[in-house]
Amino acid sequence: MIIKNKAVVADDWTVLRPDYNDNPKQVVVPSGKIIVPFDVWQAQRESLLARTDLGVWFKSCDRPEELQEDIARFSVIAVDFSKFADGRGYTIAYMLRERLGYKGELRAIGDVLRDQLFYLQRVGFDAFAPRADKDINEAVKGLSDFSVTYQASNDEKLPLFRRVHRGVVNE
Amino acid sequence: MYRYDQYDHRIVAERAAQFRDQVSRRLSGELSEDEFRILRLQNGVYMQIHAYMLRIAVPYGLLSAAQVRKFAHIARKYDRDYGHFTTRQNIQFNWVKLQDTPDILDELASVEMHAIQTSGNCIRNITCDEFAGVAQDEIVDPRPYAEILRQWSTFHPEFGYLPRKFKFAITGAANDRAAIAVHDIGLAVVKNANGEVGFRVLVGGGLGRTPVIGTEICDFVPWQDVITYVESIVRVYNQYGRRDNLYKARIKILVKALGIEEFRRQVEADWEFTRGGPCTITTEELNRVSAFFDAPAYETLPVADASVVAFQDENKAFANWMQRNVKSHKVSGYASVVLSLKKTGVAPGDVTSAQLDAAAQLAERFSFGELRVTHMQNLVLADVKQSDLAELWQAAKQLGFATPNIGLLTDVICCPGGDFCALANARSIPLAKAIAECFDDIDFLHDIGEIDLNISGCVNACAHHHIGHIGILGVDKDGHEWYQVSIGGAQGNKGSIGRVIGRSFSFGQVPEVLARLLQVYVQHRYDDERFIDTVRRIGCEPFKAYVYETPVEDDKALAGVEYELLKVGVPYDMPYYSPRF
Repeated sequence: MIIKNKAVVADDWTVLRPDYNDNPKQVVVPSGKIIVPFDVWQAQRESLLARTDLGVWFKSCDRPEELQEDIARFSVIAVDFSKFADGRGYTIAYMLRERLGYKGELRAIGDVLRDQLFYLQRVGFDAFAPRADKDINEAVKGLSDFSVTYQASNDEKLPLFRRVHRGVVNE
Repeated sequence: MYRYDQYDHRIVAERAAQFRDQVSRRLSGELSEDEFRILRLQNGVYMQIHAYMLRIAVPYGLLSAAQVRKFAHIARKYDRDYGHFTTRQNIQFNWVKLQDTPDILDELASVEMHAIQTSGNCIRNITCDEFAGVAQDEIVDPRPYAEILRQWSTFHPEFGYLPRKFKFAITGAANDRAAIAVHDIGLAVVKNANGEVGFRVLVGGGLGRTPVIGTEICDFVPWQDVITYVESIVRVYNQYGRRDNLYKARIKILVKALGIEEFRRQVEADWEFTRGGPCTITTEELNRVSAFFDAPAYETLPVADASVVAFQDENKAFANWMQRNVKSHKVSGYASVVLSLKKTGVAPGDVTSAQLDAAAQLAERFSFGELRVTHMQNLVLADVKQSDLAELWQAAKQLGFATPNIGLLTDVICCPGGDFCALANARSIPLAKAIAECFDDIDFLHDIGEIDLNISGCVNACAHHHIGHIGILGVDKDGHEWYQVSIGGAQGNKGSIGRVIGRSFSFGQVPEVLARLLQVYVQHRYDDERFIDTVRRIGCEPFKAYVYETPVEDDKALAGVEYELLKVGVPYDMPYYSPRF
C-alpha cells in the first residue's frame, strides 16, 4: 500500500534495492513493474530502453538533471530518503518538477514518516511509501497539518502575498 | 510592530495543534526519541541537563508589552519564575515540562508568538539591529524586510532539513549592530547611486569550531529580488553542503571549499530560473508590511531637555547611566534606553517574572508599549522622551535594570553553559558572576571603557566569544573545565576573529588573567583609545607576554562548588537565576 493523491491505495510497483556494493552494470533487473536505482539505469540504459514498465529512483546524492534526456519515458520516479533528516530529496523533487518538467508520479521512499509528508507534498511528491513499521492510515494525516502556507513551491505557484488579499485581522 | 492577520494566526494555531499531537505521540511511545528529537528541535524544545528548555522566537528582537507580560506569565506558571534572553534576541525557559509545551504554545499564539524554527537544521529566527527605526545612522529600516523574510522562511518546505542550522541577520544602518558578518547570510540594506534600495549580501560567516567572517557574494540585490536570491543560496547549500560531518556542515565550509566565485556562479545559475518570477516581492506587499513599522506619534520637542542636563551635572550616578545606557535617537527630544540585564550577581540575560511585568509597564509608560531584545542580551526602550529620562532612571534602578555598564566589561555576553546545557564543557554563568564581582567598581569600569567580553561554555560559540574583544571559551581537558582566552575579536563594520593568547586557565585564574590584560591595556593606551584599538595597534604579544610572565594564582574559592559534583546532579534547592551558584 502507498499513499497517492492523499488516499491509501494498492501499489504494484517493486523497488529494486541492490546491495550497497553491487556493480550497477551487473544488477539483474527482474521483469515486471520495477523501480530501478538511477545508477543501474545509467549503467544499463542501452538494454533497459526497450522496457516500458520501469521507474527510476534517486539517492539523495544523485543529480536529477542527469536524467533530463530520458525523463519523459517514466511514469514513476522515486526519491529515497536514507534518513528522514537528509533534506536533499526535497530539492531533488523541486528540481524534477520545476526545472525538468516532470509530470508523472513522484514517490517518496525509504525513511518516510508522517511528520515530513506535508513538506514533501509541497515540493512535488504526490505518492508516499511510509516506512513499513508505521501505520499508513495514521501517516496520511500528515498531509493536512496546515491549511495555509507562506511561500510558493511546487504546490502553490504564488507566495501568499500574491495569492490572497492580506491584512484582514481577526478570524 | 507587525501584527498578525488571519493567515498568520491560522498558521501559528495549526502549528500549535501539530506540535500538541507530536508530543502526545511521543508520550504514547508512537514516536521514538530519535524521530521526535528533530521535530521538537524544530520547535525550540531542547533536552538539557536537568530539564527541557523551550526557546521562543522573538522576530528581530521586537516585543509588545502584552508579549512581555505573557513571558512573565509563562515564567510563573510553567518555569521557575524566570526566563533568559539569548544572543539571538530570543527568550528561553529552562525548566519546562514536555507535556506543558503545547499549552505554552497556545498561550504564545494568543499574543502572536511561537517557537517555530528556533532550533534544528533549518532557517532560524532572523535577527536585526536593535536600534532599527530609531538609529541616527540608519539608511533604511530593515524590519519590513526581516518580517517578509521571516514569513518566507517559516515552514519553507524545501529547507526544513538542511545540512545544519542557518542564520540570517539584517542591518539597515551605517554601523552594523547585528553582527551580520558572522551569520550564514548577512544582509545590509543599502541604497545605490540612483537611490534605489537593495541588499549587500554576505555569505558563509559564522563562529563555532571554524570561525569565519562572511564574504560578499553580491554588492547589490534589488529589494524586490531578495527572496529569490537568498532562496538560491539556500538551495545550493541544501544540495551540496556536507552532511557527512556535523562540524563541516555549515555553509561557510561549502563556500570555502568551492571558493566564492564558484559558489556565486552556482547561485546565479539557479537564480536565473526564479529571478523576476512569482516570488519577487511586490510594492504592495512591502507597503503593507512597512506600514506596521511606521514611526509612532512623536511629539515635537527641543533637541535637549534642560532639566536632564542639569540633573546630570548634579548626580554622578545618573550621569554614568546617561553616558552608558542612553543612546541618541533620530528624532529630536527622544532617546533610546538600554535596560541592563547584567547586574552583578544575576546571570547575564536572566529576568524574573516580576521584572518582565515591570519592563512591560515601563514600555507602556515611556516607550509606546514596545521593547526590543538586543543580541548583547539586554532590553531596549527605543522611544523615550528625554524629559522622562530621570523618572525612567529612578524606576529602572528600583527594578535592577539601571546598572550603568552597557558596553563595559561587566556587560558580559554569556551562554547558559555547563549549568544547563548538555553540550557545554565548562560553566559560563558562574564565571560571568565571578568576573562581575571581581570588577564591581563603576569608576574602574568606566575608566576601562568600552570592551566586549564574551563567554562561551563550548566551541559552539553561543556567546560569540570569537568576536569579543576578550573572548573566553570553555574547553574540556581530562574531564575538567578549563578556559581558553582570546583577544582582538570584534563585531561591527570592522569585524575580526580573536586570537588565542596561549594555554588555557582554570576557573579561579580567569579574573586575574583579565586583570593582567587590562593592566597592559592601561599602560599602552593613548588617551581614550579603546581596548580593541590598543590590541590592534600593539598586537597580541605584549598582552601574552605579561599574562604568562609569572604564575597566575588559582583562586579555588571563586570556582565555588566542585565541577565534578555538578555532573551528578544538583543536591540543593535552586535559586531562580542558576541552579549552581
